[in-house]
Amino acid sequence: MADMSLKKHPMPEQDPLVRNKNFDEVALGYSEEEAIAEAKRCLNCKNKPCVSGCPVNVHIPEFIEKVAEGKFNEAYYIVTKTNSLSAICGRVCPQETQCEGKCIRGIKGESVAIGRLERFVADWHRIYGHEGEIPTKPECTKGKVAVVGSGPAGLSCANALAWRGYDVTVFEAFHKPGGVLVYGIPEFRLPKDIVAYEIGKLQYNGVKIVTNAVIGRAMSIDELFEEGFEAVFVGSGAGLPKFMNIPGENLLGVYSANEYLTRINLMKAYLDEYDTPIKHAKKVAVVGGGNVAMDAARCAKRMGAEVCVIYRRSMEELPARAEEVHHAIEEEIDFKLLNNPVEIIGDENGKVCGIKCIKMELGEPDESGRRRPVEVEGSEFVIDVDAVIMSIGTSPNPLIASTTEGLDTNKWGCIMANDELATSREGVFAGGDAVTGAATVILAMGAGRKAAGSIDAYITAKHAND
Amino acid sequence: MYKIISKRFLNKAATTMEMVVEAPLVSRKCKAGQFIIFRLDEFGERVPLTIADYDREKGTVTIMFQPVGRSTQMLAELEAGDSILDFVGPLGKPTEVEGLKRVAVLGGGVGCAIAYPVAKAMFENGVEVDMIAGFRNEDIVILEDEMKKSCTNLYITTDDGSYGEKGFVTDKLKSLIEAGREYDEVFAIGPAMMMKFACLATKPYGIKTIVSLNPIMIDGTGMCGGCRVTVGGKTKFACVDGPEFDGHQVDWDELIRRNAFYKEEEAAEVNHVCHLTGGVRRHG
Repeated sequence: MADMSLKKHPMPEQDPLVRNKNFDEVALGYSEEEAIAEAKRCLNCKNKPCVSGCPVNVHIPEFIEKVAEGKFNEAYYIVTKTNSLSAICGRVCPQETQCEGKCIRGIKGESVAIGRLERFVADWHRIYGHEGEIPTKPECTKGKVAVVGSGPAGLSCANALAWRGYDVTVFEAFHKPGGVLVYGIPEFRLPKDIVAYEIGKLQYNGVKIVTNAVIGRAMSIDELFEEGFEAVFVGSGAGLPKFMNIPGENLLGVYSANEYLTRINLMKAYLDEYDTPIKHAKKVAVVGGGNVAMDAARCAKRMGAEVCVIYRRSMEELPARAEEVHHAIEEEIDFKLLNNPVEIIGDENGKVCGIKCIKMELGEPDESGRRRPVEVEGSEFVIDVDAVIMSIGTSPNPLIASTTEGLDTNKWGCIMANDELATSREGVFAGGDAVTGAATVILAMGAGRKAAGSIDAYITAKHAND
Repeated sequence: MYKIISKRFLNKAATTMEMVVEAPLVSRKCKAGQFIIFRLDEFGERVPLTIADYDREKGTVTIMFQPVGRSTQMLAELEAGDSILDFVGPLGKPTEVEGLKRVAVLGGGVGCAIAYPVAKAMFENGVEVDMIAGFRNEDIVILEDEMKKSCTNLYITTDDGSYGEKGFVTDKLKSLIEAGREYDEVFAIGPAMMMKFACLATKPYGIKTIVSLNPIMIDGTGMCGGCRVTVGGKTKFACVDGPEFDGHQVDWDELIRRNAFYKEEEAAEVNHVCHLTGGVRRHG
């Protein structure tokens, strides 16, 4: 009989006022006892609505059943059947709109803590799980495939292709693989040794990773084919930061969230032994309401600043993952909702000294179904800040599309791909943010995995015709 | 890891260093005007440097730099046979050499290291090149022989007259224009202040002037936006839209301000090298 308590078993966390001064992980993870107890809340229902809510269809009730039985390794291998990066997804997926959002237990009370259990299983395996059966990977006999970008889309595509028997090389522009998992998402939300571990596993399984390789500059897609790659997967993400085009955006102390986060996460500016310079701002305004805005705000807090988030709609429309918003509020980040910046103000040296906002109110719903924010005339006011972080979204990097003839993009610069994730160029597949525009880690992973299937079918068919 | 093949100082005063680095992925396609980013070791910054030369057969790239910041000082401490952890490129758009017949290329100090490959690319493409290379004094003159081989006429100026003609590159350029020399374009490459004044000098003559900008950046692929510059009233990213721009359109004062943003931190970091660690962090 399932545990019918209405609440999730809480996951231990660092105290908010301690953690907002360090970069250690916020959530500490379930113990074995807590995981078993939480797993027993799963009804193992017949319809498995949770599975349909998962972009990679993790076999959720099956793995949770194994957790309840204390068979953690078996649980892990059930998860990895469809998800190669479970330690990461357990931490960063927006479960409330996916698996947990569909959970029957959520109708009356809280859903089963699927994300926390997924994280538990992956962490347990990483620490204790190397005994027992380790699945063996097939030989690389089916051909060479190039993967451009080592973010969630590229990594999951590479992994799936390796298991299908392909010789895979991943090309990464940065000096470290992981894409947004290493430059964007902060250490306190996703420890970098976990990302490194997952990438190490991939390399152990024969995937080659070439860093410092900017495809589109050092080599074109066409040259990859000349090098003997039979197909190319483009998972280059959406890395180009957007700005608001308001006056003052080039003042000293205005950053894109990408720059701010990259300085801190990839370049480790928060650690003394690293050379990366960073300004220790006293009052920071973060503009935007997504996960990236939450990450930037919480990093700025940890760097010692007083931080506010400026968002033009209300809390209800805030697009960030619920847990991040909750954590940010706990960490004393001030949410200035229903405000929109109109100008950034500088001092006589060109340094930021304030941000002028206008109050907004919610009008009629727009095409997205969310109520459209409307300016309240004459309500402008200034917040004193010495740094502004713009976190209003990103668009795909044009480098690959602009250097690959015949690769079609839409008006937002996204690479066009069909249902099978094939692009307008034969043998070139694409997925993740490069196709959809900025979205989530798990959607990118799902796309990478799907593209691996399409690439397998494409190369198999091509060889059959040879 | 990217092996250092050779290094040498290019001038008597030992202010500018040339380093040849093995980087086959960069050398196979790089062109004049493009740049690389290096990261010395795990703790290092990502530092952009323009490509001065390359050898596609040997798979090497030549960089030239002044060891003035922490990263470049530590780079200069490395010897042939040592390695740099990261070396990525080519980044940015190459210099456009098509359609030009007669140009003047202005190099300011260490900027000559970047002006030289531009002049060379033009010259090899059949363009008539007047190269004007300016230095503070004789002791810091670099690349005289190399430049001589890569242009039609080479003019060297020094601020104090200790070598070549006394004066600034802009003085020489003006006198050549006044003497009737006609140019399709002028290329000005050097410190931001020198490029700003070169643009002011050419403006009255209506000669299109291309400059090569080197703002603060992290990734060099359009991701951080740290290198944004205002060109013709629009925000551009120097790493992907440049690094070369129409100098008459550039907001120089903003660029100079933005480049000085981390000055205090950089000064502190340099002191850190001298007084605390006493030198270089060796790898491993």
